Amino acid sequence: MWQLTRRSWLRATGLASLAGSIVGGARIAGQARQGNGVAHHPAHDSHVMGTVGRVAPDRFNPVTYLTAWNFNDLAPEERSKYYRETPRPDGTLLREYEIFSADREIEIAPGMFFPAWTFNGQVPGPTIRATEGDRVRVSFRNLGSHPHSMHFHGWHPPAMDGALAGQEVQPGETFVYEFDADPFGLHLYHCHTVPLKRHIHKGLYGAFIIDPRSSSGSRPPADEFVMVMNAFDTTFDAENEVYAVNTVANAYAHDPIRVTVGKLVRIYLVNVTEFDPINSLHLHGMFFDIYRTGTSLTPSEKSDTIMLCQGERAILETTFRYPGDFMFHAHQSEFAELGWMGLFRAEAPLT
Amino acid sequence: MRHVLLALIPLALLAALLVVIVQWGPAEAVRGEDYPPVERLTFQRVILEPGAIVVNVLNDGPDEVSIAQVQVDDAFWTFTADNGVVLDHLGRTTLHIPYPWVDTEAHVVRVLTSTGTAFEHEIPVAVTTPTPNARFFGVFTLIGLYVGVIPVLIGLLWFPFMKRLPVRAMDFLLALTVGLLAFLLVDGASEGLESAELLPESFQGVVLFGLAAAGAYLLLEGVGAWLRARRSSAADRSGWVLAVLIAVGIGLHNFGEGLAIGSAFALGEAALGTLLIVGFTLHNTTEGLAIVAPLARQGQRVSIGDLAKLGLIGGVPTIAGAWLGGFVYSPVWSVLFLAVGVGAIAQVVVQIVRHMTREGSVARVLATGPVLAGLFAGFAVMYVTGMLVG
Repeated sequence: MWQLTRRSWLRATGLASLAGSIVGGARIAGQARQGNGVAHHPAHDSHVMGTVGRVAPDRFNPVTYLTAWNFNDLAPEERSKYYRETPRPDGTLLREYEIFSADREIEIAPGMFFPAWTFNGQVPGPTIRATEGDRVRVSFRNLGSHPHSMHFHGWHPPAMDGALAGQEVQPGETFVYEFDADPFGLHLYHCHTVPLKRHIHKGLYGAFIIDPRSSSGSRPPADEFVMVMNAFDTTFDAENEVYAVNTVANAYAHDPIRVTVGKLVRIYLVNVTEFDPINSLHLHGMFFDIYRTGTSLTPSEKSDTIMLCQGERAILETTFRYPGDFMFHAHQSEFAELGWMGLFRAEAPLT
Repeated sequence: MRHVLLALIPLALLAALLVVIVQWGPAEAVRGEDYPPVERLTFQRVILEPGAIVVNVLNDGPDEVSIAQVQVDDAFWTFTADNGVVLDHLGRTTLHIPYPWVDTEAHVVRVLTSTGTAFEHEIPVAVTTPTPNARFFGVFTLIGLYVGVIPVLIGLLWFPFMKRLPVRAMDFLLALTVGLLAFLLVDGASEGLESAELLPESFQGVVLFGLAAAGAYLLLEGVGAWLRARRSSAADRSGWVLAVLIAVGIGLHNFGEGLAIGSAFALGEAALGTLLIVGFTLHNTTEGLAIVAPLARQGQRVSIGDLAKLGLIGGVPTIAGAWLGGFVYSPVWSVLFLAVGVGAIAQVVVQIVRHMTREGSVARVLATGPVLAGLFAGFAVMYVTGMLVG
């Protein structure tokens, strides 16, 4: 468990990455010019929008997060501490999760730290992924300083809601949430303790994916990425200073998401942005199929821009036609310039 | 030897106490490990260059501040820092932000620290910050002449007229001068204290203002005594001494005024109109009147050269102020010079009142009709012309 205090944490990692980042300011500007697309001013190539430096990747790596679900980013032994699956007689699985909440400083932009409330030390929390009909059992232990809860979207009885009076899990206590994964689609979980705005914007949320069971059909194989649109109000004035997908401002502008030309790409997009009613994703030079809430295997529309209300989510599918860099960002220019902008880098398939 | 020791004992104890406070301080016990640092950053100077904003910031708080990111107009922007980004108490650094700012429009620069605390500076009207070149020296000199030198000289030209006035009218004129100066006193003090509020708290603006004002007052008191001592051998020249003192006081005040005009010009605010200059010109003409009133009352002969000297003492500092304000403006200068002006004027007011009341008690002299009317008229003239300045 992390026992880092705010100050020691700042000293330990923050200043080191800061020092490196600012010295590197000019160098980054130079890199941007060399064509990863950050510099979008052809005439003024010295004007470079975006953050300066890089976050320390050792605690939370936005690139790893994209493809991490059910703790598959951990080594098997370590993973078994947090996730176990047991076959059941009817062919479905019992999936057991160990989730804890903890207060923790997170780096949301290079050198900028936010006093977050986290699930398992990270924001967004670990992605939970089950198949329709599976039994999901989440043992939630509150190691934070405030009461918290886990409220899952999806079918469940009121006792498992986590939002009703008396359902808060007090600090030091544990509660086990158990329900069947239903319906298939893209959902989310979040803390539902009041004051709700604060418990959500402090970082207590994560993606919850339910894949269709074979009798419902299936989604074709694809390169899959989880993207949670979030934002941070570092001055606590109910306005966000930093916007991102997966917490770190401009993370995928610095480390583009690698995809392959001609191969299906699936994005699990969740919006948990607090304080702004909507958020959006716009992908350059492409169109995608939209499966709202992921509850159907037939796309509802084709677009290059999707708008989601807070708590709304959608599965997007597309195939890159051309190699090269493709920008994606909120089409609210303000959000884009405050960190919610990244790149896909499409490469030709290996032959 | 024992004497020295006796002086050192309290100092040594004090040092020990400081060590105790720093090591096992009550403040740390209250704040605890998890308590966020107290962060305070102030913007010292913001320079607009073609395609770039250069910002000088000062850590005014007790704790260390680490600058993490910069946003301009709600967009993260790259920057480089001249002096690093980790600032100790009173540490400063200069941030170069390659931002394509737009001429004559408004921009907001926001500096975010490691804790996400935001410090904002608004640029109300973006124009390229003047650099000290010949053209701008010329422009500021011209502004100084228009606002300071010429109006004061014009005001002095009332001298021949005033000399022919009866004594009661003279009382009126001296009282008028006091009224004019009293206005400048209030005006300068309010502006100085306003600027003092803008200073980083560590600079203790209001105290600085008080110190500088008191210093100027005492200095002028000394200068007055010295002038009188030199002149006493000649005929009674107290009128002349008083005129010089008034000119010096007004000159110091005008220096502060020039500073304000120059910095306004540098910030692009002077572009808002020539009305500002017209206002100051009218306003300052009355200052010339104030300088010569005591001379006229004494009925002294004064050469054109002497008059010109008085005018230059009162007016030329405006030019120097405009230069300083335009090129190296910082709020500290503003507070200091406004304070010096206030102290000087206060001293001059006291001088004039002493001069007027040599023959009787203050209350009796001041309570006469012409004096009361003069005081009121002086204040009113300044107030009305001051309206033009806005």
